This record gives sequence, structure tokens and C-alpha cells, in this order.
Amino acid sequence: MNLDLRVPMGALFTLVGGIMSIYGFFTRGSVIYERSAGMNINLIWGLVMLMFGVTMYLLGRRADRRPKPQPVEGTARPLGHGHGGH
Amino acid sequence: MLLYFVFVLGIGFALKRFMKTSKDFFQAGRALPAWICGLAFISANLGAQEVIGMGASGAKYGIATSHFYWIGAIPAMIFVGVFMMPFYYGSKARSVPEFLRLRFDEKTRAYNACSFAVMTVFSSGISMYAMARLIQTLHVFDSLFIKLNMPLGWIFHFAVIISAVIVLGYIFLGGLTSAIYNEVLQFFLIVAGFLPLVWVGLKNVGGWNGLKATLPSAYTHSWQGMTNPHNNPLGVEWFGLAMGLGFVLSFGYWCTDFLVIQTAMASDSEESARRVPLIAAIPKMFFPFLVILPGLIAIATPAITQHAMVHTHVAGTSASALVATDLNNSISTGKGLIPAKVNPVTGKVMTDEKGNPLFDYDLAIPNMLLYYFPTGILGLGLTALLASFMSGMAGNVTAFNTVWTYDLYQGYIHKNASDSHYLKMGRWATVGGILLSIGAAYAATSFNNIMDTLQLVFSFVNAPLFATFLLGMFWKRTTGHGAFTGLISGTVAAVLHHGLTLPTDARPGIHGGWIAVVHFYPSQMAQNFWTAIWAFSVNFVITVVISLLTKPRPEPELVGLVYSLTPKPVEHTMGWYARPKVIAVGLIAMLIALNLIFK
Repeated sequence: MNLDLRVPMGALFTLVGGIMSIYGFFTRGSVIYERSAGMNINLIWGLVMLMFGVTMYLLGRRADRRPKPQPVEGTARPLGHGHGGH
Repeated sequence: MLLYFVFVLGIGFALKRFMKTSKDFFQAGRALPAWICGLAFISANLGAQEVIGMGASGAKYGIATSHFYWIGAIPAMIFVGVFMMPFYYGSKARSVPEFLRLRFDEKTRAYNACSFAVMTVFSSGISMYAMARLIQTLHVFDSLFIKLNMPLGWIFHFAVIISAVIVLGYIFLGGLTSAIYNEVLQFFLIVAGFLPLVWVGLKNVGGWNGLKATLPSAYTHSWQGMTNPHNNPLGVEWFGLAMGLGFVLSFGYWCTDFLVIQTAMASDSEESARRVPLIAAIPKMFFPFLVILPGLIAIATPAITQHAMVHTHVAGTSASALVATDLNNSISTGKGLIPAKVNPVTGKVMTDEKGNPLFDYDLAIPNMLLYYFPTGILGLGLTALLASFMSGMAGNVTAFNTVWTYDLYQGYIHKNASDSHYLKMGRWATVGGILLSIGAAYAATSFNNIMDTLQLVFSFVNAPLFATFLLGMFWKRTTGHGAFTGLISGTVAAVLHHGLTLPTDARPGIHGGWIAVVHFYPSQMAQNFWTAIWAFSVNFVITVVISLLTKPRPEPELVGLVYSLTPKPVEHTMGWYARPKVIAVGLIAMLIALNLIFK
């Protein structure tokens, strides 16, 4: 399939993570964090998601540029060196 | 949340241009990498019943719920990957019922296809219903509706329609590829939404040790008291657990249900297809920490500051007065974050015969989200919850459109049409499937018991299935007549067993014993497991007997369908770490380790 899932997924996580970290950054020390055991969970988890999103996006982009060996329909084995898909 | 919906539909549109043949639409062109299919494999199963239900059982039974994963899923996933996938993928069957036709005959296929199609429609309807109810209970859209001056009673309809439109949109456009891509996206969202929940929650109750200190020891030890059904929260003894859940039910589901198998069959080679369930097993193994632990934490959370909790909604005009008096009542009788069940008509806390309050365990996870998450990440948490409902629905809908188009429409109604005709049919089957699901969702609102009864009937149909596949794949003598008779008698056995036994704390009726009560089980779960064991054994024996009495098919016809007649897949071209058997052994080792840690 020509669309690498990692690209849109990376973009989604980057966006959501970005929004959450910005929101978390501007609400530092707010009372709303009493619930989450005193941690600024928006900022922390926003950054985690941001990192995950960016990594996914870059990986997807890189794989897009490098064509992969085409597996042959019906047979068990993709041509070429076959353990890149994991 | 809006952003998520935009992305979901965006993927559908982006994939639309690749959908040229029916193969692209129904089988994702058989071109997806193993890791994507692997994550979709568990995500398809991660529907409403899974997330809400597992959190609820976590709160009810404790860590013993993880048996549903560690015994009830992983071994079956390993088995399907190592032994069965070569037949599904290699036989070129396009669906599980079609495999049954290749191996046995038309009637076995028709029986399986019909029961499966009905089942998927109802399961997706149940998902839809549960999701709409949850949106209503959590007041997600309340402010929007008040702003637009619309009656709050419409929220249910709004939720049903919007979920239907979104799922329809992306499947109609992108077929199975789109469903699989979205399932993977949903998988990551669920992890992203629930991981911080567990983290914050655990931190609040003082870590795993704090949890252990607050809860009775049966909650944190999964194997304690398993020798006697009366000594453990599940009310099951180890043999029923291992055979009923671990063998019959789980193998029946993970190895034969097209809902999950379709994702593996969409992968790009037989090698990948075999790796799909094995890849899926790794996250599956750790899912208890994501969905069961919140249930445990909900019980352990001290019940003092429950400012944002949801209590079961009371309808009617005098609601507020009733709620005010009853809210305190409900909190004081609740367990941790679990509110007592409130009767929606009278507003009173519901109690069992002995006067103990009943708890609404299904609210364990939603309440955890509202309790621990501040504004911001709360949106993510709710989106994750909704995503889990949609992925369950989508898997059912794609399984339905494939089985309908290939097995029922092409098989019996309109043979030999052009490929584009079937593609068009598949698109419209999606629309039809979703409309039927909406119907099922509304049927569930008005007749709650009908849904329970239907699920019961499905369990009768499904329980014996695995015996048929096992014999079909590993015993070349099995015949079509044998398989068909075996399946029917297995189902009959399940019905009879259910009608003749009863859990100790239930009255005859929907819970069993409607013929006569000859045996009591300590719990409903034990009864379910034993129903499955009976159904499986009867099917197995009858299939063998009838097969020996009927004429077998000539061996050359069965190449690629039966284990002993099929050349073994070559594995030495792979690196040693990528071989299915090596991965399987690693998985089993991890499984044993986990069971030892949480024994």
C-alpha cells in the first residue's frame, strides 16, 4: 500500500501532544493538577506524545523514500532480504 | 477529539484512490506489513466489551481477571500463528467460511457464514449502544446541546448517528485497509490515553505495594485459591479455567473468528501472516496493566473527594431532588470510585436479596478518567475510550461486508459477476451492515433481555467451532458431513447443558436451568466454561464418528488444507529471531514469568 500509516499517525500525535504540552505549560501550578497527584500531567504526557509523534513521522518519511522489496503474491517469501517489516 | 475524527476520515479519503478491485477493498490487497496487522489484530477485539468490561471485572474480581488474557488469549494466539495461519493464508480462501467450503462442503460454510454475519451485526450494534449510553452518562456533549438549545434526550440519537457515520465513512471509502489503519491508530490512542491513567492512579494509591496493602489479598494474586471454586473471586476451579477458558473458548475465538483472522489475512506474505498473531501477543500480554489495573485502583482509591464522579443518571423532572438525597447515599455505599447501582426509575440504590448494595462496575474506567485527569488530558482519555468502541465496531463491519459479499452474495445469490460489481456490493453491504447495527442498537434500548438472550445463543453457536477446525486441519479423514453434524450437535449440547444446570445464586430462566436443574455451579463463569467444554467434546466425538462412517475426500484435493498433506513452510531463510517457533517459545517464557510474579 502506498500510504505509510506512520506518517498520518505521527502527525496526529505530534499535533495532540503539541497542543497538550502548550496547554500544560501555561497552566503550571494550577489547582487542576491536584487530581493527578500533583503532577502536571498535561505537560509531561504532552511531551511524551510529541516525541512519539515526531519519531513516527520521521520513520515513516524515511521509509517512504527508500523503496522496499515487493513480496510476491501467493508465495511465502518476499524477494530480497526478507526481515525488514517488523 | 475533533482532530481525531478529522484524521480518521482523512485516512479513508487518502486510501480511496487505492481501492480499485474487490481484493483491495476486502483484503487490503494482501499488502500490509506484519506489525500493522498485528496491532489491528488485537485492536479489532478491543471493543466496548473489552475496555469497559475488563475494567469492571478488574474492580469486581481483581487481578484474576488477567486470566482472560494470559490463559484466555495468548496460548491461542501462539497456536494460530504457528500452526493454523499457513492454512488460512496459503489456501487462498478469502474468509473463514470460505476456508470451510474448501475443506469441507457448502452446507458447513453456509451455516458458519449465516451465523457469523448475524453475530457481527449484533455485536457492532451492542458496541454502538454502549458507546451512546456512555456518552450520555459522561455528559460529553451536554454543554454543546445546551448551547444549541436542543433537548438533552437527543444525545443518545446523536451519538449513535455520529459513530455510525464516521465508521461508515472510513470503511466505505477505504475498505479493510482503512479499518485496519484506524484500528492501529486507535490502539496507540488507547495506550496513550490509559497509560497516564494507570501511572497517576498508581502513584496516588502508593504504587503496587500500596495497592496490595489496601486490597484483600485475593485481588492481587491471580492464582490464589484456584484449587477450590469457593475460595477465589471468580468461582471457578483450575480445570474449568484451563479447559473451558484457556482451551475451548479462547482457541474458538482467536483461531476461528474471522473478525480477528481477517487482519492477519491482510498481511503481505504467509511469513508475515504467521507473525501477526505473535506480534499481537506481546502487547496483549501487557494489556491487563492497562485495562484491569484501573479497575483495581478504582476500588482502592479512598472515597472522600469524589467531586467529579458520575452517578447513574436519574430521568424525570423530580430528578434533581432525588439525586441530591441519593447521591450521598450512593457514595457512602459505593466501593472506592465505584458507585452503587441506582435504579433509574425510582432513584433508589439497588440491592440484592440480602440487602447488600449492587455496584455499577461498568463505571470503573469512566470514573477513573474523570477523577484523575485534569482538563486537557481528559479530552485525550475520553477520545481513547470512544476510539475503543469504534475499533470494535469497525472490525465487525468489515468482517460482515466480506462474509456477506463473498460467502453469501457471491456464493448463493449472484455468482460470476464482474469484480467491480462485487466491489460495489461490498460498499453497499457496509451501509447495510451499519444500518442493521443501528437497528440492533435501538433494539437493545427497548429490550435489554433480547440482547442477553442473543449473546447467549451466539455462545452456543461458537462454543463447538474450534473442534471442527482442529479436526479439519489436523486429521485428513474428517469429512464434510462429519463436520456439519458435529457442529450442529455441539450447539445442541451447549443448549442442553445450559438448560440443565444453574449457577447457585440464580433463578431458573436466562441463567440456565430452564429444562430442569440437575447440577449447580458455584458461579455463572464456571457454568459458561463448562458449557463450552461440553459443546466442544460432543462436537469432537460426533465429528469423528460420522467422519469414520462417511466417505473421505481424495487426498490430492486436501493439499494445502490439512497439516499432514501440506509441505511445511520453510523457515531457514529468516533470521533465527524472526522464526515463528522461536518467537512462540519466547512468548511462553514471558507468560510463565508474568504468572509467577502475580501468582
